[in-house]
Amino acid sequence: MTDTTSNTDTPRLQAERDAGGSIVDLSVTVNGTHHQVSVEARRPLSDVIREDIGLTGTHLGCEHGVCGACTVLIDGEPARSCLMLGAQAEGTEITTIEGLAGPDGELHPIQQAMMEAHGFQCAFCAPGFLMSAVALLDENPDPTTAEIREELSGNLCRCTGYQSIVAGVETAVRVMKESGK
Amino acid sequence: MKAPPFIYHRPETLDEALALLTEHGDDAKVLAGGQSLIPLMGLRMGRPAHVVDIGRVPKLDAIHVDSDGAVTIGALVRHEQANKSPAIAEHAPLIAQTMPWVAHRAIRTRGTVVGSIAHADPAAEMPAVVLATQATMTATSTRGDRTIAANDFFEGYLDTALEADEILTSVTFPAWPANAVSAVTEVARRHGDYALVGFVGKLVVGDDNVITDAALAFLGAASTAVRVTAAEAVLQGAPANDESFAAAAEVVSAELEPPSDIHGSTAYRKHLAGTLTLRGLQSAANRIGASA
Repeated sequence: MTDTTSNTDTPRLQAERDAGGSIVDLSVTVNGTHHQVSVEARRPLSDVIREDIGLTGTHLGCEHGVCGACTVLIDGEPARSCLMLGAQAEGTEITTIEGLAGPDGELHPIQQAMMEAHGFQCAFCAPGFLMSAVALLDENPDPTTAEIREELSGNLCRCTGYQSIVAGVETAVRVMKESGK
Repeated sequence: MKAPPFIYHRPETLDEALALLTEHGDDAKVLAGGQSLIPLMGLRMGRPAHVVDIGRVPKLDAIHVDSDGAVTIGALVRHEQANKSPAIAEHAPLIAQTMPWVAHRAIRTRGTVVGSIAHADPAAEMPAVVLATQATMTATSTRGDRTIAANDFFEGYLDTALEADEILTSVTFPAWPANAVSAVTEVARRHGDYALVGFVGKLVVGDDNVITDAALAFLGAASTAVRVTAAEAVLQGAPANDESFAAAAEVVSAELEPPSDIHGSTAYRKHLAGTLTLRGLQSAANRIGASA
């Protein structure tokens, strides 16, 4: 376990205390690895994941819950990491985009399918779309196109017009059914 | 990091949470799911000195069905939990119909039903459901519990009858009448986003197809969720048919004066409210005799 004593003495946290803000000691598991960090109480989970834990695959678009780019799984359920305080995630298990591929680097079927379908163009929105799609397929391995569209309606893409993203998820559904994964 | 600094409290019991609110009152905000409060603080429209996170308070996440069929939803019941609840589906069909319209799944998994009512956003669905069903709010403080009737609860934009030291611990929805039908419909730029206007309606229809009770509530149409009693009066005692529904829709369009903003003018929203009333009532009427 990391010693947090030195961490709480950083100028950043000292400045927060001086400004009247709380510091919280936060313990979370991200992609199977336990992390203990001291952060400002007002720090959103998205910043904790990106800046304190160093996993920058989770993207921040709007930072107020509209674009969905920061979607992660909290105890298996999709959530906007920008709309949660890190403090609220205490004790949870979080899965980010970095947690999808296997330990040997083998892509998750949804990642592979999305690549094959040329699902994204710039792919800034990709982490959010992929985490939403994984949440959908975990619950419903055989969704209709309408269900895919409904589930992904919380994520914005400014490049593709969505057709290729939906096609990618449909490809993933087919591949996963055939391979029994 | 966009929110201003605050002192964070994470009480382990309701008593502890209530004591914090008694102490900090006006300087404190209650945090449940945070899907409204966190963006509000991010936009610096809210800057509480103290945030009381009730997320770890036990026993607030229950959905309770009374012996008479009334449904009580606790302060930490999340929208997605209500969306998937067999008890809600059976005993509170209007809430079950409403849940898929509430934001997107990644927000429903965190946001709470009761928190949405306490937040009182006029464009949110649950305040309109509270009005349409005449639900009862239970506010708890160190002074004890008190109940607040639906018609007394919403006082203005993001403003309710809750006192600064109170937590909205639960909301009770009266037993659903056996011969009631309902519908929820709305128009938004993207499904799940805040609606331009939304309709939440309930009809009680007798065996002779005569409407014995009607509740028409709207979101996004005023500074709070609103009912249009003049249109309800048109339906009362009328046959449940398109002619009655069109007459009610006309009254709705005439009565409501929705605010104008970049997303839609007052005239457009008035038109939408009427159109949604007609569609919603037709959809509700299609359910007559279909269930229960």
